[in-house]
Amino acid sequence: MATIQLRLLSEEDVRRILEEAYALLEEPGVRVYDPEALEMLEGAGARVDGETRTAHIPAQMVDRALETVPRSFYLYDLQGRPAVHYGGDDVHFDPGSAAIYILDYGSTRSRKPVTADLVALLKLADVLKELDAVSTALVCSDVPREISDLYRLYLALRFTGKPVVTGAFAIETWEVMYRLLVAVAGSEEALAARPRAVFDVCPSPPLLWSEITCRNLVDCARHNVPAEFVSMPLAGATGPATLAGSVVQHAAESLSGIVIGQLANPGAPLVWGGSPAAFDMRTGTPPMGAIETMMIDLAYAQVGKSLGLPTHAYMGMSDAKVLDAQVGLESALGTLLAALGGINMVSGAGMLDFESCQSLEKLVIDHEIIAMVRRFLRGIDTGEPSLGLEIIRQVGHRGNFLVTQHTRRHFQKELYLPSSVIDRDFRQAWEEKGGLDAAARAHRRVQELLAVYQPPALPDEVVAELEEITLQAGRPYGLEHLPVWYG
Amino acid sequence: MSKEELLAAMSESVIEGEIERAAELARQALEEGVDPLEAIEQGYARGIREVGERFARGEYFLPHLAMGAEAMKAAMAVLEPELARRQKERTTLGRVVIGTVAGDIHEIGKTLVATMLSAGGFAVTDLGVDVPTRRFVEAVREEKPHILGLSALLTTTMLVQREVIAALEEAGLRDQVKVMVGGAPVTQAWADEIGADGYAEDAIGAVQRARQLLGLA
Repeated sequence: MATIQLRLLSEEDVRRILEEAYALLEEPGVRVYDPEALEMLEGAGARVDGETRTAHIPAQMVDRALETVPRSFYLYDLQGRPAVHYGGDDVHFDPGSAAIYILDYGSTRSRKPVTADLVALLKLADVLKELDAVSTALVCSDVPREISDLYRLYLALRFTGKPVVTGAFAIETWEVMYRLLVAVAGSEEALAARPRAVFDVCPSPPLLWSEITCRNLVDCARHNVPAEFVSMPLAGATGPATLAGSVVQHAAESLSGIVIGQLANPGAPLVWGGSPAAFDMRTGTPPMGAIETMMIDLAYAQVGKSLGLPTHAYMGMSDAKVLDAQVGLESALGTLLAALGGINMVSGAGMLDFESCQSLEKLVIDHEIIAMVRRFLRGIDTGEPSLGLEIIRQVGHRGNFLVTQHTRRHFQKELYLPSSVIDRDFRQAWEEKGGLDAAARAHRRVQELLAVYQPPALPDEVVAELEEITLQAGRPYGLEHLPVWYG
Repeated sequence: MSKEELLAAMSESVIEGEIERAAELARQALEEGVDPLEAIEQGYARGIREVGERFARGEYFLPHLAMGAEAMKAAMAVLEPELARRQKERTTLGRVVIGTVAGDIHEIGKTLVATMLSAGGFAVTDLGVDVPTRRFVEAVREEKPHILGLSALLTTTMLVQREVIAALEEAGLRDQVKVMVGGAPVTQAWADEIGADGYAEDAIGAVQRARQLLGLA
C-alpha cells in the first residue's frame, strides 16, 4: 500500500516561499499593535519603529523560535484521554466555527442563532463519531455581544466532552474563557498538562497583528494554551493575486506569530493554521468553496509541514446558501483535499455561505463525507498473503462470493457503510420510503442523533462554577440570568 | 493634443487604470489652461462611468474598478487645489462621511465605495479604518453629511454598525443623516434589523442607493 499524500509544491518551491517570507519579516516587517509584544520583539533583537509599531524581524530570531516550538502536542477530552494529535500527517475534523447565522431545515433564509441552536449543534457534534473535536460554532444572539465569545465556550464545556476549537473576540474575555477551562480541568496545572481547547488567533492581512489577537496569542502562550494562527490573505485583495504570493504572505504572518508566541513562552504549543481564500473578482467575496482557496490551503500546509509544525485549515466548506448540489460538491472537494494534504485539524463541517452560516443538516451530510474520506485514507489493504488468487480459484467460474467466509471476514473492514443520509436504495424502495432528498434525509438523521445524545459527566459543582463565571462576566452588560434552552 | 484629445485621454487613463498617466494628464491640462471642472466632468468622470458600465456588463472586474477609481483619485488630487484657488467647487450631489467601524481594519471595500461615490459626484470624507463610534457621531455633528457610510468586513465587527446607529440616536442626530451599511457579511436583512437606511451589494450599487436616498435616482 502506498502512502497517500498530496503535495502541490516541490521542495525548491517551499524553499523559495520560506526565503521570501523570511525576507518580508525583515522588510517591510510586521506591524504589532500590542505594546508588550513589540517590546519583547525589540528586546530579542528586532529593529522596532515605535511610531508605526513595526518590527523588523531578523532571520536568526525566526530560526530561534522554530527551535523551541513543539512539533506535536495533544488536545484532551473531558476524561483526560488524548483525543486530537496535532502533528505528523494525522487528520482530524471539527465543525466550522463562529457562524453568525443558522439555516433551518426547509428554509431558504438564514437567521440569527440563539442558545438552543448552539446547544443542538454541540449535542450533534458530540454524537457524530467522525468529529474529533467540537467548535464554538455559533455566535448566540440572545446574550450580550460582549460575552458572546466566552458564552460559546461555556456551552461547549457543558454539553460535550470532546476537545474544543474556539477563540476570543476581546482581550478581557480570553481571561474568562481561560477560567472556564481551568474550572473543568480542576487547576491551571492540570489544564496546562492536558489542554482541552485550542484558540484561533488571526493576524490581519497583510502582515499585521491587532492588539486583540496579539494579546490573545501572548496570553495563550504564557498559559500553555494551544493557539492556532488563522492567517487569511485574500488573493488579489489583501494578499497577492498569485496563489504562490499568498502562500508567501501566509508564511510570513505565521512565522511572525511563532516568533511572538515563543518569545512569550518558549515551548508554547502553536499551530500553523489559516483561512486564506481566493477573491471573487466579480462579487468581491472570499469563496471558501473555490478550488484556488483549497490550493492555497494545501500549499501553506505543506510549507508548515516542511518546518515540522502541526497544521490546521478551514476547509470542507461551501459558499452555497441552501443544501443544494453546490453545497455537496464544494464540501466534498475540500474535505478530501484537506485529508490528502495531511492537515491535522480541518475546521469546516456544517458551514455555508462564506464561513457565516451553520446548518445541522449540512453537518450530518459533511459527516458522511468525512467518513468516506477517512475510508479513503485507510487506502487499499494489500496485507494478505494472497490478494485474490486463492479466493478466486476457490470460488471458480460462475461462483458466488457472497457466500464465502472470505467475504464475511473482510467486507466490513473494506466497506464504509454510510448512514441513512446517503441514498443507495433501488428506485422503487426510495420512492416507497417517501422519495426524500439528501436534505430531508439529513433532517431525519439530525432528529435521530439528538435523541441518543448523552450529556458529559460533569460534577454539579463544576457546572455551578461554569454558570457563575459566565453570569459574572455578563452582568456588567445586563445579563441577569443565563438563557434557558429546550430539547 | 487638442482639448478634445486631452479629455479623451483622461477618460482613457481611467478606463485603462493608468494612475500615473491620469495625474500627468491633469497636470498637462492645468498647464494648457483647461478648466479643471471640465477636465473632471468631461474627462475622468466619463471614464469612471464607462468603467462602471463595463463592470455591470460583466466585462470588467474588481481590479479594473479599483484601479479606475485610483486613477480618478490621482487626477482629482492634482485638480482640486486649482479648483480651490479659482474658488470654484464641483457641484456635488451631497456630502458623505464614510469609515470602517471600530475593531475592524479592513480598508479595500470601504475605499472602493468612497472612491466610486466621489467619482459619482458626491463629496466624500473618508475617516479611515477602526474608527471609534464617537468619532462617527462627532463627524455627523460637525460635517452634517447627508449620508454616513459604515463598513465592516468581520462578522464580529458588523455588530458595531448597530452601536453606531444607537449612538447617533442617543446624540439626537439619527434623523439628520441617512446611514448606509456595507461589507462582506452585511445583508439587507441586517440593514433592516439595525435600522439602517441603505445597503448595497457592491460599490456600483452603493452609488445608486446613495442617489436614491437623496431622492436623485
